[in-house]
Amino acid sequence: MSKLYQKDIISLVPDNSRVLDLGCAKGDLLYNLKKFKHIHAVGVDISTENVCQSISKGISTIQGNIDEGLSFYDDKSFDVVILSQTLQVVRNPLKLLQELLRIGKMAIIIVPNFGHWRLRSQIFFKGRMPKNKTLQYEWYNTPNIHLASIKDFEDLFAKNDINILEKKLYLSNGSPLKWHWAGNLLSEIALFVIKK
Amino acid sequence: MSGIGVVKPQTHFFQEELQLESGEVLSDWQISYEMYGSMNESRTNVIWLIHALSGDAHAAGKHNEEDKKLGWWDMMIGPGKALDTNIYCVICSNVLGSCKGTTGPSSINPKTQKPYGLDFPMIKIGDMVQAQKCLMDVLNIPKFHTVIGASMGGMQVLEWAVRFPDLMSSIIVIASTSKLSAQSIAFNQVGRNAIMSDNYWNKGLYYDKKNIPLQGLAIARMIGHITYLSQEAMHRKFGRRLQDKKDLEYEFGTDFEVESYLKYQGTRFIKTFDANSYLYLTKAMDYFDLSNDHGSLDKAMSLIKSKSLIISFTSDWLFPSEQSLDIVHALMHQGKEVSFCDIETDCGHDSFLISEEPLTSLMKGFLDHV
Repeated sequence: MSKLYQKDIISLVPDNSRVLDLGCAKGDLLYNLKKFKHIHAVGVDISTENVCQSISKGISTIQGNIDEGLSFYDDKSFDVVILSQTLQVVRNPLKLLQELLRIGKMAIIIVPNFGHWRLRSQIFFKGRMPKNKTLQYEWYNTPNIHLASIKDFEDLFAKNDINILEKKLYLSNGSPLKWHWAGNLLSEIALFVIKK
Repeated sequence: MSGIGVVKPQTHFFQEELQLESGEVLSDWQISYEMYGSMNESRTNVIWLIHALSGDAHAAGKHNEEDKKLGWWDMMIGPGKALDTNIYCVICSNVLGSCKGTTGPSSINPKTQKPYGLDFPMIKIGDMVQAQKCLMDVLNIPKFHTVIGASMGGMQVLEWAVRFPDLMSSIIVIASTSKLSAQSIAFNQVGRNAIMSDNYWNKGLYYDKKNIPLQGLAIARMIGHITYLSQEAMHRKFGRRLQDKKDLEYEFGTDFEVESYLKYQGTRFIKTFDANSYLYLTKAMDYFDLSNDHGSLDKAMSLIKSKSLIISFTSDWLFPSEQSLDIVHALMHQGKEVSFCDIETDCGHDSFLISEEPLTSLMKGFLDHV
């Protein structure tokens, strides 16, 4: 995860809050949140290797598959639920979003923007499924099965009465994009803070 | 190669009676235990290790220089290992009702001066824990760093954490459950039936006889062994290979390798285990039910104060992963600090005795932050 937007996430999470990171990888974000924001951290990851690494950083970590459901988490049992670069790989993104907002008082999601100009131009000029640093797989082996642009995400939020509390856009190197008006064209990654 | 070297088993005799959950009391009883590493000044570095059904206090090292057989979890205990004896003092005791130095049905009944047999009172997992608590007091340990156990040992860990929540900082429960499934109870019952239908069992009174219920105990162990493995592991280990022969014999002897393996396991077991202990311990496992004892699993887990690490194995069908997840979910509902890993392996229930990784990394990483 880029250090730049990790810094933004840390600044968005309130002190001493209960934070659930779905797809926590090796637990680095939660480790830093614990260090700087003294949060009560819970991580979830599908890989044994990641779970081991995360536990060895002192993070309570549960091995699990997000696609198999989150029903055992109580309503509003977390202040913040984080879902970083994961929404596009799950089978039912809308259901997951609704679950995030049931479990958490708010959610921070980080998603790749399929509306980025380079991706658009690849499909336009080459006529082939586009790839970039964030989306580097071939179409037949990609875990990214639900790709969308920033405008698509915003439509989905609006249709489902999900409020956007904050939106941050980044270039591929993780540095912030200044021209928000052209976000759907110029940013590669978007961060939304959402609430229901 | 063992890092522990030669260890000396110890025994503590208790003068005071042990009150059991059945209402009966046990007098003149004893616990056998072993210790690896040493306690720090404040006695806060103790890892209390609890063995499974057929285990004993001999968890690591050997009993003399010539001893070829190492303790049952030697791969995990020693300097630099998962339970690092440079840091921790690991203590393992034989459970109540067993036959490896702690009082059980083969021990002498002080009232009759003969082995108890079936006069030994029924014991529950809670009684095993209560007996261990007496040893904890004798050893003057204020609080455990961690209590660890697998299978029947894991049941005791959960009971410890619920019964004495202030006496440990963390628990590790491996391949265990808060209650056995009907299927597991059924297997235990078949094992007990094998023993009790052996003519030499003689209603548990066989200790002074020439013939003892070895056949029944061997069959019980063979059934047990099938449940400890998995379909894949059995296929990988034995397939349909024949034992020391090229063709089928068309007799009821041993044709296949897997038959020979089970026979070997059964024969090995009867040399060191007592048939009555097998009856008592499997019954204690069947009776264990935290939901029933406390109203619900959530209520039971609400009592726990320590950090928990729950580990299951994907191919374990005797103590399936879902049963571990039930514990994890109940702990989460109660807002407890819990970690969970479902280790992918084809070795079945016995995985905790076989594969070092990622079990070692998991436990080590967890213990570092207790």
